[in-house]
Amino acid sequence: MHHSPVLIENLVFRYPDGHAALQGVTLSVAAGEKIALVGPNGAGKSTLLLQLNGILTPQSGRIEICGLEVNPKNLARVRALVGLVFQLPDDQLFSPTVYDDVAFGPIYQGLTREEIDRRVEAALDAVHMRDYLKRTSYHLSVGEKKRIAIATVLSMQPEVLVLDEPTAGLDPRARRSLIELLRELPQTAIIATHDLAMVRELLPRTVVMDGGRVIADGPTAQILADEALLEAHGLEALKC
Amino acid sequence: MSGANSLTPFLAGSSLIHALDARVKVPLTLAFILTVSFLPFGVWPVYVLLLALTVSAALLSEIGLARFLRRSLLALPFALAALPLLFTIPGEALARFSLFGLTLTLSGPGLVRFASIAVKSWLSVQAAVLMAATTDLPEMLLALRALKLPRLLAAVIGLMWRYLFVLVDEAGRLLRAREARSGSREGAPRGGGLAWRARVAGGMAGSLLLRSLERSDRVYTAMLARGYDGEVRSLPHPPLSARAWGILAAGLLLLALILFLSRWMVA
Repeated sequence: MHHSPVLIENLVFRYPDGHAALQGVTLSVAAGEKIALVGPNGAGKSTLLLQLNGILTPQSGRIEICGLEVNPKNLARVRALVGLVFQLPDDQLFSPTVYDDVAFGPIYQGLTREEIDRRVEAALDAVHMRDYLKRTSYHLSVGEKKRIAIATVLSMQPEVLVLDEPTAGLDPRARRSLIELLRELPQTAIIATHDLAMVRELLPRTVVMDGGRVIADGPTAQILADEALLEAHGLEALKC
Repeated sequence: MSGANSLTPFLAGSSLIHALDARVKVPLTLAFILTVSFLPFGVWPVYVLLLALTVSAALLSEIGLARFLRRSLLALPFALAALPLLFTIPGEALARFSLFGLTLTLSGPGLVRFASIAVKSWLSVQAAVLMAATTDLPEMLLALRALKLPRLLAAVIGLMWRYLFVLVDEAGRLLRAREARSGSREGAPRGGGLAWRARVAGGMAGSLLLRSLERSDRVYTAMLARGYDGEVRSLPHPPLSARAWGILAAGLLLLALILFLSRWMVA
């Protein structure tokens, strides 16, 4: 495992319509570290996540994933290293059956049939959804879909997990079991969320973003205690 | 959920027909339809033979004979297209009608032609209905790929099937949202003018299209994130069992024999 799987230096990104989404973001994540990315809507969190996978490419600055610079030449390697889980599972689960979806990444890595089956089973085991192999994604509940969506990237055996709003739209029980699942996963993780209670419970380090910049970066306990900081950036301090 | 259930013809089951490999069912269904379309007109015993085949397969599939026959009524509109044949084929006159000043002559050969076409389209639809009711779409796609359907086409059909349900749900939510705000005051007529309502419906269709476009963008992004590079890849199929090959060969042979029989009857 690389000592610093995610390295972001002075990243600047502007959408084609001129909107400056990232204005010089610098961030480094250590191996095995789990960090929270918080901030108001439109702060640039989702844009940053898409950069990690090379889906959006910056106008200036650089990103390294496990020592590989994210550029067109390394794109296929980088995408195998970074497992990106989107907010809406209906966007992530595009295949007719759960098996097809979880096997998608491994098939693109050109693995053998046996290895693909092994990976699919291991990924479904990891999210405790082994029995769902032959199911149709459409008929699952939101919580089940979220788990399968995570399995679809686990089957690629990524070094880094990147999740966009994993607990959004879940009922308390599904949210609780998802948090327990995230706790079990050993990978380095970057989680963009508004769920500060989950952040406090699960993620030791928090990065606050606003207006395309990193406003604060430090231990979660310290950042969540700074009520003025949270209020200034569209967040709300936890009551207890 | 309700949307999906009324959309898919598939009825889950564990009958012999359900268990049969889709790579046997799909080619046999296609061969059946092809055989039916090659049959000459007016070979009634052969039609009855084929009807016995589809009905016994339907009975074996345990999907319920009534439901099977109801679904096969889908063939009716096709038969309607053949209706003019009743009056346009020359031959001995059976009856004459007068309609809007037009004299129509019902001819014997016309009647045979029309009835044959109606029965043949009904039989073809029966075969298709039976296959669709006993084969889930992912399996059907596998079978089509085994029949050398281009992968891209198979992938597009798969995506369409997957998102059809999502779209129907989305449309359902839009309709519900409109319904929820379509109240009326006491004594006043409900709903605005026709033009206004048409504009609302147009806006809904437009927003459904936009949402689908945006979703397709997000789906594409999700595919890219997992390594998609523009080429559709899929797993090789497991080999077909000897028994399945046997059933396929026997079925094709039977259909060839029936075709031969019908030709012999005409000659």
